[in-house]
Amino acid sequence: MQDINLDSYASADKELPYLDDLSTLSPEDKARMLEVGIVLDSENQRSGTFLQMDNTPVHTCATQKGVEVMTIRQGLEKYAWLSDYLWKAVCKDSDKYTAHVEAKQGNGYFIRALPGVKTEYPVQSCLYMTKGESVQDVHNIVIAEEGSELHIITGCASSVEKEGGAHLGVSEFYIKKGARVTFTMIHRWDPGVVVRPRTGVIVEEDGLFLSNYVLLKPVRSLQMYPAAWCVGKNATARFNSILIATPGSEMDVGSKVFLNAEGARTEIISRAITTGGNITARGYIEGNAPEVKGHLECRGLILDGGGIIYAVPELRGTVAGIDLSHEAAVGKIAEEEVEYLMARGLNRTEATATIVRGFLRVDIEGLPPVLGAEIERAVQASEQDVM
Amino acid sequence: MLEIKHLTVAVGKVEILHDVNMTINTGETHVLFGPNGSGKTTLLMTIMGFPRYKVLKGKILFNGKNVTSLPLDERARLGMGMSFQRPPVVRGVTMRDMVTACLSERANEENIRQMMEKADLEHFLEREINYGFSGGEIKRSELMQLLAQKPLLTLLDEPESGVDLVNIALIGKLLNEILGKDCPIRDRRAMGLIITHTGHILDYVNARTGYVMLKGRIVCEGDPHEILRTIKERGYSECAICRI
Ligand SMILES: Nc1ncnc2c1ncn2[C@@H]1O[C@H](COP(=O)(O)OP(=O)(O)O)[C@@H](O)[C@H]1O
Ligand SMILES: [Mg+2]
Repeated sequence: MQDINLDSYASADKELPYLDDLSTLSPEDKARMLEVGIVLDSENQRSGTFLQMDNTPVHTCATQKGVEVMTIRQGLEKYAWLSDYLWKAVCKDSDKYTAHVEAKQGNGYFIRALPGVKTEYPVQSCLYMTKGESVQDVHNIVIAEEGSELHIITGCASSVEKEGGAHLGVSEFYIKKGARVTFTMIHRWDPGVVVRPRTGVIVEEDGLFLSNYVLLKPVRSLQMYPAAWCVGKNATARFNSILIATPGSEMDVGSKVFLNAEGARTEIISRAITTGGNITARGYIEGNAPEVKGHLECRGLILDGGGIIYAVPELRGTVAGIDLSHEAAVGKIAEEEVEYLMARGLNRTEATATIVRGFLRVDIEGLPPVLGAEIERAVQASEQDVM
Repeated sequence: MLEIKHLTVAVGKVEILHDVNMTINTGETHVLFGPNGSGKTTLLMTIMGFPRYKVLKGKILFNGKNVTSLPLDERARLGMGMSFQRPPVVRGVTMRDMVTACLSERANEENIRQMMEKADLEHFLEREINYGFSGGEIKRSELMQLLAQKPLLTLLDEPESGVDLVNIALIGKLLNEILGKDCPIRDRRAMGLIITHTGHILDYVNARTGYVMLKGRIVCEGDPHEILRTIKERGYSECAICRI
């Protein structure tokens, strides 16, 4: 993966004004945000909103009692204990990108569900890069208190005028006993943007973390390897990702799960399609306690265009009584399958499109229908790029 | 009407069918007998237009139109349909997707539901096609797709093989509907060509003509029940020397 020289970017330290009314944003910006699942004109299907443009959070609100949505800085002022959560799930000196976010004191969202509170609608958060060549430093914290249920949709996007720039995003998740969090992230960048998310998740007893990641549009370079530690009995972490690499896109994306307590479970599923870009699809599961179970499924589809898919599934077991498995497959669309659909009257293009759509259809258990619909919409919108 | 004239077909470099001739008139169903490896499946695949099967000589006319070099999907849209003996699993593509494709412009919730019910497959709508299906489920699903497609010419490759007694009645019922058995003969337009190993299918369809294929040639043509009786009594070896 290519190295990024962060010094070559301008700093975007300029504070932007707070926006009371998000419907006043330009139609272009709103359209971009909508592509990544952020609905601004009518927020009635969301239980909260956070919007950060470059390095300034410009809007925060929560509409459900027991759900808190604010900036990290506001959170630290309000709750002294929050500093204990800072840099606990992600190590600040893991690499130069985390170090940069720490040095810049990156702001971002703090989303929390109080004990036992269940969100009806997802909280939406948007990290938006405006024009120019600058670095966006983001630091987010999500806490789901005991027995709570929190759904989040995060859309990260760059504006239409964006030429380049770097998005560095540190996200730390704390899933307390019996809490459930679904985190759906849709990325929509531009061919000049480099992206380095750094995510850590700690799941306690009977907790569930479900992550869905969708990247469908060109990006110059994306590298991420979020990690989840299942530290409590029967803790579960699941990662689904859907990646499409068009020519010129370089991606190195995976998920890592450590099963450190009895009965912990994980499932990592990825679907990668290249129409000319290069994708490294990783997965790593480590079983460190008895009776844990993990499965890794990585499927890649190479369409015309000369792209490369490199699947790297890894399993590591350190104790007896664990059950870890993986399956990986990389290939082109089987001619036999295309012919089967053609025999039913579809032409070659329609048959191929149906198979590609099927390939990208990941059944996501436990995802609220509104988020399933957002993913479906994002995938459909990208079909024309693939075909 | 389907007319096959002097058809010679190769798979790879091997010539498999030699000078095959056959005419199926509008509204007629014919059956094709023959031992394993005689070329029956090859004939069906060639008629349907699968690219692996190369026509070296001869031609295929469908309602007077020469379709010999027409692509598979165009033949399907002209009204040819085929059931697969071992259809592929297509991950992520659901039964709903398949029925929708088959129904084409007639696709709507009501029609889809009706098709699924007819084949006793109501619970399969969101299942990935052929993934983990039993033998009987595959047969029913294939016939249901044909029913949705409503082809003028239906090509069936051993529709009864490996089907238990419970399923065979349902399959017979689906077949009759596809081939328009209940429609008066003079109004009947659907045509069928059915490969059968056992002949059980003759109890369910009105077959007009039967053929025996041996080593890539049609060696016999006549009343299907009579042919079946002869094969049952004396085996295919008799067909090799018989010249009625
Ligand atoms: N794809 C293929 N490649 C090579 N040989 C084939 C292929 N398909 C069929 N054949 C050969 O053609 C002959 C006829 O096969 P087939 O049409 O399947 O017979 P049947 O359906 O009567 O059992 C056999 O000898 C078979 O081995
Ligand atoms: Mg056969």
